[in-house]
Amino acid sequence: MSTEALARPRAGELLQRLGSLREFNLLAIYALLVLSVGAFVGEFLTFGNFREILVSAAILTIVVIGQTPVILTRNIDISVGSVVGITAFVCGDFISNNPTTPTVLVVLMGCAIGLGLGAVNGLLVTVANVPAIMATLGTLYVYRGVDSLIASGKQVSSSTVPSSYASLATSRVAGIPVMVLIAVAIGLVVGLFLRYRRSGRQLYAIGSNPDAAASAGIHSRRLVFATLCFSGLMAGLGGVLWSAQFATVTSDAATGLELQVVAAAVVGGVNVFGGAGTVFGAMLGSLVLATISNALALTRVSQLWLQAIAGAALLLAVTADHVAGRRTLARALNRRREQR
Amino acid sequence: MKRVTRELARVSGWELFLIALVVGAIIAGSATSEFFLTETNFRVGVSDFMEIAIMALAMTLIIVAREIDLSVASVFGLASVVLGLLVDGGAPMGVALAAALLTGAVAGAFNGALIVKVGLPSIVVTIGTLAMLRGLGFGLFGTKSVSEFPVWFTDIGIGAVPGTQVPWSFVVFGVLFAIFAVVLHRTYFGRQIYAIGLNAQTARFTGIKVDQIRMALFVVSGLLAAVAAIVYTARVSSVRADNGTGLELQVIAAVLLGGVSIFGGRGSLLGVLLALILVAVLRNVFSLQDIGSEVQDIVIGSLMISAVVLPETLARVRRRLSRHELAGPEPSVETP
Repeated sequence: MSTEALARPRAGELLQRLGSLREFNLLAIYALLVLSVGAFVGEFLTFGNFREILVSAAILTIVVIGQTPVILTRNIDISVGSVVGITAFVCGDFISNNPTTPTVLVVLMGCAIGLGLGAVNGLLVTVANVPAIMATLGTLYVYRGVDSLIASGKQVSSSTVPSSYASLATSRVAGIPVMVLIAVAIGLVVGLFLRYRRSGRQLYAIGSNPDAAASAGIHSRRLVFATLCFSGLMAGLGGVLWSAQFATVTSDAATGLELQVVAAAVVGGVNVFGGAGTVFGAMLGSLVLATISNALALTRVSQLWLQAIAGAALLLAVTADHVAGRRTLARALNRRREQR
Repeated sequence: MKRVTRELARVSGWELFLIALVVGAIIAGSATSEFFLTETNFRVGVSDFMEIAIMALAMTLIIVAREIDLSVASVFGLASVVLGLLVDGGAPMGVALAAALLTGAVAGAFNGALIVKVGLPSIVVTIGTLAMLRGLGFGLFGTKSVSEFPVWFTDIGIGAVPGTQVPWSFVVFGVLFAIFAVVLHRTYFGRQIYAIGLNAQTARFTGIKVDQIRMALFVVSGLLAAVAAIVYTARVSSVRADNGTGLELQVIAAVLLGGVSIFGGRGSLLGVLLALILVAVLRNVFSLQDIGSEVQDIVIGSLMISAVVLPETLARVRRRLSRHELAGPEPSVETP
């Protein structure tokens, strides 16, 4: 290696390197989206509205943070919608019947339930060798069925949920909602773990080439099991927050959330076939989805069109990212050829 | 006769297991309810399940080709919205039906174009169109419902072939099943689908027109979703924008339960047919016993997981046994 390569990168190079990051493309698209909506809608570019967007993205973001490591290993967790639903109901029901329970205990309970359900997924995938998409599609049904059995037609109503519990979703620290702080803190920890820890890097290795990872002595099973447990844990936490935020919880809460979660990760540049992507990108992805639905609501486009535009935006974002990604790859290959 | 035994020998262990389950479910059904083995129950039970069954045919081909189509239920919804809008606007029934079919084909072609031309993975594209096409249905149709259809149309929807208790929708499914089974298992085109599913790159190098076949599969999938929408609309004689929400996972679950590998290249329509029969019979038996849909979901979810776990466990046990006997070659591992 020449000494030149070891020298600190100059500003121009730094900018170029930044430009080649997939997240940077997305950030640019996102800025464009925010500015163009802001130009037309007055109340869009306000601090209050931005806080609104962040709150509406918080639960999705937390579940996406759990999903990202799973997808990195070329697996997927479809069951998260049902895990959120079941923990939301159980926790909401529990706090309604025992209003004096400290909120922390309920949060821990929700996390434990999520972890347990995630561990079942993990066992199915790593011990019983069921492909993750089948195992978690199966448990999506099973967990939702168990949820309906537990609920048996009842619902948690907002009047029975104590306000101290609901404040989990509404309270703020220094003007920033607690839910957002939780999401950002977890994202930071997981992001740093994936970037710098050995086992974090090993997740990328597993997703890039499972056979090569096994040959390199990586304990794939153990790590995949851990990612599925973590995804369940995050979905459990998401479920607790769900019951705190909406207070009214029926047995079909969070139905279909799994597709939104995968969509957010994909928009954020996480490769569905594993090996590439970051937590930061995935978080940005869920922010994009939340911003789009917020912008549509403000522009008074009929709510009926909301899903159509969100879907089209998803396809557009993915296509743009894909085309831009191919161009960056071509440029990088050209550069390497020139250097030879 | 020889031919029959040869064909039977090709039936895999998982398919035999499905047959056993179907027989078991039928015995359980007739033991627990006198109503189970009646012709009326047959007609109702069959027609309740035809939408899923029709969409499962195209989904089988798509999964064998190592792709997936999550948008079928939204295409289903959009096609019924188009049907409803045109009928509501006074268009002749023939035009409305043709437009619904065209909608399905165009939606499928849109999926196909993004997958083949842009090169995006099908799971990503169809998550996008799942949202987009459902939203389009809502945007065009709103929250109203249309339930004024010509009598002959709804008569076909709930009626049966004269002199029998076989619903017309079952005839539609039967014809489609025969066509799909022949195409997948008896034609060069069908073998190409397996080749693509096993290794798309190798398939391309051997001269198979991978992109054209993928495109064709997604158009067919859209088309069948529209057929299913028409069958459904005729039966319930009502169009709402949320028709068929969530059906995509049920369709995929049935295909996987039938032993089709999610990793492509393996599986048969016979297995899928057996899985469809099993799910239909189970749902029917449960609802006759007033057992709610939550238990049905738990059973069907567990069955799907056992579709992988059981054959693999059996293979493992067999391998262990043969190792003890120290005789004969290692039996091949079965993966459905």
